[in-house]
Amino acid sequence: MAVIFLLEQVLNGLLVGAYYLLIALGLSLIFSLGGIVNLAHGAFYAVGAYLAVSLAPWIGFGGAFFASPLLVAFLGVLVERFFFRKFYRADPILSLLLTFGLAMIIEQSLRMIFGAAPLPFSIPPALRGQVFLGDFIYPRYRLIIFGVALAAVTATWFLVYRTAFGRVVRAGAQNPDMVGALGISLQPYMTAVVAVGLGLAGLAGVLLAPISGVHPAMGAEILTAAFVVVVIGGLGSFWGVIAAAALVGVVRGLTIYFFPPAGEASIYLLMALVLLLRPRGLLGERIQKFE
Amino acid sequence: MVQSNDLTRRTLLKGTASATALVGIGMPAIVKAQADVIRIGHLTPVTGFLGPLGEFAQMGVRLAAEEINAAGGILGRPVELVIEDSVNPQTASAKAERLIERDKVAMIIGEISSASALAIGQVADRTKTVFINTGANSDALRGASCNPFMFHIEAANSMMVLAVGNYLKSENMIKGKKWYSLTADYAFGHDLFRVAKKFVTENGGEFVGEELVPTDATDFSPYLLKIRQARPDVVASNLAGNQITNFIKQYAEYGLQFPITGFGFDTAVAWGAGKGNFSGIWPLIWHHLVDSPSSKKYVEAFAKKYGKPPENQSWGDYNSLKIVAQSFAELKSADPQKLAEHLRKGAKFDILKSREGYFRAYDNQMVQEMYAVRAKDPDKMKDQWDIYDPLGSVPGPSESLEVLAPPQDGACKMPA
Repeated sequence: MAVIFLLEQVLNGLLVGAYYLLIALGLSLIFSLGGIVNLAHGAFYAVGAYLAVSLAPWIGFGGAFFASPLLVAFLGVLVERFFFRKFYRADPILSLLLTFGLAMIIEQSLRMIFGAAPLPFSIPPALRGQVFLGDFIYPRYRLIIFGVALAAVTATWFLVYRTAFGRVVRAGAQNPDMVGALGISLQPYMTAVVAVGLGLAGLAGVLLAPISGVHPAMGAEILTAAFVVVVIGGLGSFWGVIAAAALVGVVRGLTIYFFPPAGEASIYLLMALVLLLRPRGLLGERIQKFE
Repeated sequence: MVQSNDLTRRTLLKGTASATALVGIGMPAIVKAQADVIRIGHLTPVTGFLGPLGEFAQMGVRLAAEEINAAGGILGRPVELVIEDSVNPQTASAKAERLIERDKVAMIIGEISSASALAIGQVADRTKTVFINTGANSDALRGASCNPFMFHIEAANSMMVLAVGNYLKSENMIKGKKWYSLTADYAFGHDLFRVAKKFVTENGGEFVGEELVPTDATDFSPYLLKIRQARPDVVASNLAGNQITNFIKQYAEYGLQFPITGFGFDTAVAWGAGKGNFSGIWPLIWHHLVDSPSSKKYVEAFAKKYGKPPENQSWGDYNSLKIVAQSFAELKSADPQKLAEHLRKGAKFDILKSREGYFRAYDNQMVQEMYAVRAKDPDKMKDQWDIYDPLGSVPGPSESLEVLAPPQDGACKMPA
């Protein structure tokens, strides 16, 4: 009997992992290709959620599902053009300060515009309900998040590893001077990378708005967990982030099963353990400027 | 010539910029500046996880000040609010001192966090300035930590438990029932759970699960699976702030059918959940559907000014300022020491309920009616604010108001 319950927590943990993955993936992408540790990533996730809440009455949840990540991606274009571009080769401390400031400005702006109280938002009636597999229960909406996360990961992988666009970006991450010498300007590529990364944060915002409180600090709330996932996976590693998200979801679920007060602490313990055994994370690459 | 011109302009610009910066950092939001005013300090968290409630608190106190000034002020002097964000206990304590020493406020209203309220209460005691706590629930503030200058218009945890417990008993949800509780893992949650567990077990209920939930948890799914396995008769929340919003949203997502109740609650977190997510029976110190003439007038004035109904937090801050204004008028003086004596003597106040409330001298707790509400069927909700039906008030009309108040167990020792 207990084994069944454990298995249920493990499977549920994988679903929760998808929720972490959506946020961590964009964070990892911007870091590994641009070298920027984006502390404002959570804030863009919050913007995605607020856009969904604001747009849904006009264009429905379906419309907001597409419009809101696109709008956040467009914000990403502006942010890259006016801020990030100046910091790719600078001391990482500078971009940390920049993105930290950006996160505070965005959070306070949301507070000023929408107020501090959470905004009401629900799962659309058509996507409500649960799926029962034997004795296991899965909310239909969580399965949808899982599916969207899988699709987003696959699309991102394809873009980075299987297209001409991705080849330039990866080459630029390793040796920007050589890419320049070949006559390719990296700037538009980086703009696109940041837009995709922040667009993913916006997508996470839309998807999670119906099942978590939509309030100004929601981004700060989720950011630490997303960083833990990126660090466990290994800075700059695509597959590492996926493995780490699944691992974090499962470890957290099992900890809550056995000892609930440590539910959130467990993911930090996991991070400490991974860093002790593998200082670069599960599948981390050696990155010159952070050694 | 051109050069010196340029220099002056730059110097001027720099000066203006630094002055603006200084004003922005150093000056609190003074609503109105006049010579012969009565200054009242308002100190409550508006950032952090209690921010949504703090925002309602500020709305309430601003409305009260506006109404008092429109009616000619206190003793003919206008009220001026000095409003600050209390942030955390350290900041709350420092700002309370600054309000008293520098801004010379007559008294302080506010707070939601029990830890910060304790810090402000200590400053109040030392400086002999009245502090009315409008949102902190911990019983310890009314017990071992009590002092003659800290007053509580907000209910203690034990009052919240008794208020809702009464209705749970009449719904047969306690005796012989299996309870499963989720508790916020910090001082407030522990205190609330201790009182709630005592009440439930004394009335014949049994806990089959008591989980502590870290305050930074946003995903409740592992807890929901455990609840589903345990198959309790009642699920009880001792969660706080945004935790409640997340919990009720995900409880609805997993479609669990066990009835929910909770011992600590604020309307804002349920308004913030969204249609079809809110369920259960919950306690409230006041709600916007309370059927008394003064309450209806207040709800109308609030809705007119802010475009939405008032929340229970705005009730506390609104009434505290009204109580202070009435007391100063009765005393014909704005002396802080006299105010404390007046409040402790059992003066009665209209607090927008069907019966008047008063601070009892034992622990400075406002003794008053309380309420419970039941979530409405989503199809019957008229708008986003219409989420629950009132279940009535406790104590009953023939009972003493004291039956709800925390037991006078001698924990509070006021200096004579």
